[in-house]
Amino acid sequence: MASHGESIIREPLITGKDITYAQITNDVLRPVENLPTKAWWIGFTVASLGALLWLVAVSYTFWFGIGAWGLNKTVGWAWDITGFVWWVGIGHAGTLISAVLLLFRQNWRNSINRSAEAMTIFAVICAATYIVAHMGRPWMAVYSLPLPNQYGSLWVNFNSPLIWDVFAISTYFSVSLVFWYTGLLPDIATIRDRATGLRRRIYSIFSFGWTGSVKTWQRFETVSLILAGISTPLVLSVHTIVSMDFATSLEPGWHTTIFPPYFVAGAIFSGFAMVQTLLLVARKVLGLENYITMFHIESMNKIIILTGSIVGVAYITEFFIAWYSGVEYEQYAFINRATGPYWWAYWSMMSCNVISPQLFWFRKLRLSIPFSWFLSIVVNIGMWFERFVIIVTSLHRDYIPSSWAMFYPTWVEVSIFIGSIGLFFTLFLLFIRVLPSVAMGEVKLLLKGSSEQAKKKVLEHGHVDAEQAAFYKESLEKFDSVELADYKA
Amino acid sequence: MSSTKFILGLFEDPDEMLDGIHKLQQNSIPIYDVYSPMPIHGIEAKLGIKDSRLGYAAFIFGCTGGTVAFSMLYYMLVLDWPHNIGGKPNFAIPDFVPITFEWTVLFTAFGMVLTFFYATHLFPGRAPRVMDLRATDDRFVIAIDARGNIPHADITNILKEAGAVEVKHNDRKYVSYE
Repeated sequence: MASHGESIIREPLITGKDITYAQITNDVLRPVENLPTKAWWIGFTVASLGALLWLVAVSYTFWFGIGAWGLNKTVGWAWDITGFVWWVGIGHAGTLISAVLLLFRQNWRNSINRSAEAMTIFAVICAATYIVAHMGRPWMAVYSLPLPNQYGSLWVNFNSPLIWDVFAISTYFSVSLVFWYTGLLPDIATIRDRATGLRRRIYSIFSFGWTGSVKTWQRFETVSLILAGISTPLVLSVHTIVSMDFATSLEPGWHTTIFPPYFVAGAIFSGFAMVQTLLLVARKVLGLENYITMFHIESMNKIIILTGSIVGVAYITEFFIAWYSGVEYEQYAFINRATGPYWWAYWSMMSCNVISPQLFWFRKLRLSIPFSWFLSIVVNIGMWFERFVIIVTSLHRDYIPSSWAMFYPTWVEVSIFIGSIGLFFTLFLLFIRVLPSVAMGEVKLLLKGSSEQAKKKVLEHGHVDAEQAAFYKESLEKFDSVELADYKA
Repeated sequence: MSSTKFILGLFEDPDEMLDGIHKLQQNSIPIYDVYSPMPIHGIEAKLGIKDSRLGYAAFIFGCTGGTVAFSMLYYMLVLDWPHNIGGKPNFAIPDFVPITFEWTVLFTAFGMVLTFFYATHLFPGRAPRVMDLRATDDRFVIAIDARGNIPHADITNILKEAGAVEVKHNDRKYVSYE
């Protein structure tokens, strides 16, 4: 067993006194096997209204063209690409959690990977719709693929980062989908074997005939590990390539070698913030406090401090390099960001992304659920502003002052953005109704070694150093689902 | 002659099941298969299952993807449609890297997963051939082919001794076959 013999001073990954394998299944499948709750219906109604708004605004765009947006000759990219980069960034946390943390043997990923991967899929769908909409004539999207066409030897320009983007995003989406779905098979089989009638038939089709035989599990684990191994560089490459959409240009403010690592860090930052936004609510509403514990929340908050700090360093480095390069256009671009007409966007970005995550250095704040949730939203807002600042403030004033212009969004762009959030939440809410939001097979793996009851057993029957036992008990104070009275004796 | 086709030992605990496997092996009783709701590390060695060769498949698919992408780019940009863009070389290898990389990953992922499905006979709509419905929930199941085996009562005793919570004598091989 993977987690046997785990040190007692490690905090439990599953809390609760008498969790059994059967109870894990029951707890995780409760929202799938029962009728939706009132909270779900309220959330779903609000989210689907948002999705409806998205549908209206996107249809309007397709009908009238992107003239319906507030773009002008100077600012040719604005909310569309901001939204695209924002959503792709959010998507990154899912792959990070499933792949990178798997490679690093971080067991705490097991309870959050499923919903994070689902989040990735939905976020990338939102991102892709932005790109297609921004083409203006979406039926021409097929020309971005290297297919023979009626123009003879006319191929796409593979030297262009925009084409790299097409390949990166489509590969990222399809690989994430495969990774997610393969991981779902054992859990779909669990639902199938508990269901009856039509539900059983439906889940039977989607379970691919999974039986859980030992050889299948062995191959399944090999597949997961290799997929994680290839997804890790993939996820880094995707946001690197997205950053090259800007970095390979000569636009002041875009032409920056720091963009690839900075974008990747930003993506992880915003992705983890969105995972927090979703999971802090989901764990409460779905009653998954024993599986998504304070340890998970704290770990994610720590990643938010780290990536937020990297992003902060990147902002300051950009400023420094603009000054150090001696290029006046570059210098102007950065001074203009901070003091020009879009100063409010710049300072929103700075305060949301650089200053606010630093509050997580305080243990009390890091362990506060309402504060973590609030801050995760602040970070999401900040990261949206980051992309807005990079795109709009760089474009609105460049080399030729006569073409300087301001950008104001129309209701269509605003609706597409708000609507895409609605679409995202609609998909997520549907997901938690039909598929298990926690990877049961992987969580069951932790029960014997990393759960609270396993640790309790070790405390009671094992030969544990008194100091370590005391340390463990103290660490439990922060859990909102642990009865400390059990340990007082 | 009894109609029992398979004897199933159902365990609540994976360690007890491993103990059961050990005891059966000590008594030279061949094990047909083992089913569990989660991966059990170390069991492959115990059951003498060879390492998966999916890694080799993945490597071959990755090489294929990389070669296909690079050849495609070379054909399109160098042979079929060379363009003079500011006198820059058509065979611009650094520009080929991102797409070559993406397709290497794409081919690896799809190739390997499809090989996995093929090798384990998983495909959409396949009738689930489960011996016990709880094997995907909370039971760890050892299945023993009953025909030609030592007295069934002995197998039952061995399983019970190892901690099986239930021993089933199944007339049918699969319970969820539809």
